[in-house]
Amino acid sequence: MKILEKQILSDLQGIRVISLKVLALQIALKAKPGQFIALMVSKEGERIPLTIVEKDKDSITLIFQEAGLTTKLLGKLEVGDSLFALVGPLGHATEIKLYGRVVLVGGGVGIAEIYPVARALKEAGNYLVTILGSRTKDSLILEQELRSVSNELYIVTDDGSYQRRGFTTDILKELLEKDRYDLVYSVGPIPMMKKVAEVTKDFNVKTIVSLNALMVDATGMCGCCRVTVGGKTKFSCIDGPEFEAQAVDWDELTKRNRAYQDKEKHICNLNKFS
Amino acid sequence: MTKEPVKVKESSVFERISNFLEVVSGYSPEDALLEASRCLQCKDPSCIPGCPVGINIKKFIGQITEKDFSGAYFTIREKNNFPGICGRVCPAEYQCRKACVLTKKDSIFASDQAINIHFLERFAGDFGMNNKLEMAKIPDQKISGLKVAVVGSGPAGLSCAGELSRLGVKVVIFESLHNSGGVLRYGIPPFRMPRDILDFEIDYLKSSGVEILPNFIVGRTKELRELFKEGFLAVFLGLGAGVPSFLGIPGENLSNVYSANEFLTRINLMSAYEFPKSHTPVNIGKHILVIGGGNTAMDAARCALRLQKMNNIDPDTTIVYRRTEAEMPSRRLEIEHAKEEGVKFRMLVKPEEFSGDEAGFVKKLRSLECKLGESDASGRRKPIAIAGSDFNLDCDLAIIAIGLKANQILTSVTPEIKTNKYGDVLVDAQTMETSVKGVFAGGDIVGGEGTVIEAMGMAKRAALAIKDYLYSFC
Repeated sequence: MKILEKQILSDLQGIRVISLKVLALQIALKAKPGQFIALMVSKEGERIPLTIVEKDKDSITLIFQEAGLTTKLLGKLEVGDSLFALVGPLGHATEIKLYGRVVLVGGGVGIAEIYPVARALKEAGNYLVTILGSRTKDSLILEQELRSVSNELYIVTDDGSYQRRGFTTDILKELLEKDRYDLVYSVGPIPMMKKVAEVTKDFNVKTIVSLNALMVDATGMCGCCRVTVGGKTKFSCIDGPEFEAQAVDWDELTKRNRAYQDKEKHICNLNKFS
Repeated sequence: MTKEPVKVKESSVFERISNFLEVVSGYSPEDALLEASRCLQCKDPSCIPGCPVGINIKKFIGQITEKDFSGAYFTIREKNNFPGICGRVCPAEYQCRKACVLTKKDSIFASDQAINIHFLERFAGDFGMNNKLEMAKIPDQKISGLKVAVVGSGPAGLSCAGELSRLGVKVVIFESLHNSGGVLRYGIPPFRMPRDILDFEIDYLKSSGVEILPNFIVGRTKELRELFKEGFLAVFLGLGAGVPSFLGIPGENLSNVYSANEFLTRINLMSAYEFPKSHTPVNIGKHILVIGGGNTAMDAARCALRLQKMNNIDPDTTIVYRRTEAEMPSRRLEIEHAKEEGVKFRMLVKPEEFSGDEAGFVKKLRSLECKLGESDASGRRKPIAIAGSDFNLDCDLAIIAIGLKANQILTSVTPEIKTNKYGDVLVDAQTMETSVKGVFAGGDIVGGEGTVIEAMGMAKRAALAIKDYLYSFC
């Protein structure tokens, strides 16, 4: 649980995206692309889930954006510090096989989450087209890493400060109109994944998203992360985190993820994080 | 003339609903002596068969009357590793006290006149804890030092570990959460099961040589077969019933509709009642409904009411149940405490649909009135919904406490461990051995939702069988 390496991947007016390499022998031995861990920064801390981005012989790499109190406290840890708790690997792994032509769509810090899947899909012999979306040039992460495993790479920024201005789904639509694809895999902000689902619906292409529902124990005990998929209630932690994009009730997920917004704001203010 | 039962001291309602401190403060030595002296010391005591682990109740109560409190402690410990825990959470009115000769015949639960066996057990347990009484180890040379893995640190796991450790077996407990105790930690609130008692019992176990590895999910972090490869000769599964059931009605995924497990885990395991000192939040409402009639429902309601009080909201927490109070599976004491504290009871109600506001927060529960019909398989009268009796209840926070299912994280990746259709692990009733040689199980993962003491009883049976199984390696 000791932090071995720390890297600031981006810093946009104080909102940083950070990569931590954490000593975790057992988890590293078992982790597969698409899986996640749950961690606590301190004894009084929350349990939060984070995707396992990379693994080494005895360590795993986690990438997160400083968004709420817990991620901000996590961002304060330095090399040599230890997490209070770390458990995993959790959730189902991504089904890695030869699909053929695959489009990966990553938005914001979600780019970190598509990276392990991209690597594995590439190794399995797929033709990878990757679309990365970022607010601006300075907040874009893992460009080189994803370029190195992609056959084609497209980048969009909200403000046009780097490459094309616009949304990932603009490019996705153009790609699907031009060619036939066998899988679309997407992780990012909920509005983006929802839009991805809408776009791919018309093209009848299998579309997988990895959801970022709120969790407590992350082992199926509480049901905090429940989400409606195809009219049925599923637990993101043990039934997911990946689901068929078209079947997800996006509005419900959006609302459930806001359930503690007031409290989050309050605790951040108290701790002098704005 | 029969002496009146000695009442146990409790904090005042006013005081207790503003905090999470223990409500029942237990017997003083004088109280214990007086209550113990009411025991008739029956020639053929009916209370003992009423105890799932067969504590020699007659003997320990006799020892209390002789002021031999240590003796009473050791008598209980012969059969029960955790008297301080069981004395607090056992539903005695359905078990030993119901079997007490002073309970009126054909009563559904213990009469008031029945000896307060649980309070006496708690008294002896706390005496043992406060005086650091230790059970003598009885190392079994043949199996001493052999390794056994226990999966889960709830009542079953702790009990099995305690039994085997006493024989000199090297026990390692694997716990998936960051803190041990299982349901005693995440489920039962501190006002019923103070954390210092739980910590003491667990620390005691550790000091006796049991190792506990938190943050370790067998089936995920390591597979079952790897444990055998690493030299564990047998494994005990105390996985628990950790998966919450939901009603399956529309609107159940609105925000602020919680499973009791989530609500209680946030409060008990993550200390959300101390937010923002603790970082895990829990929401609180003005009109809280708790659906269900078991201990979990009472625990959730009493937590909810405390949170309202602590947040300067006029307490308005209601238990909604489809049968009546008599059919509630909860301990009677919990029902009494809940009522004293101001929890409202709305009986004969069948929830139909939650509805919410624009932002997705729950606002109302539409329900049907019920009446009681014929008795069902459980011997309780079945609720029958009355068509057209729809009505709405205000509800800006709901807690679903209608039961738990088997935790299937491990069994889903080990199909060789046979389970029934509910996911409960199938075992030999005598040895508690599963369909896999050397793998034993006990507690809620075997019997479905039960009591702490039942889980401990199964764990003890398993420990005995594991001992015999270990002999086969000698």
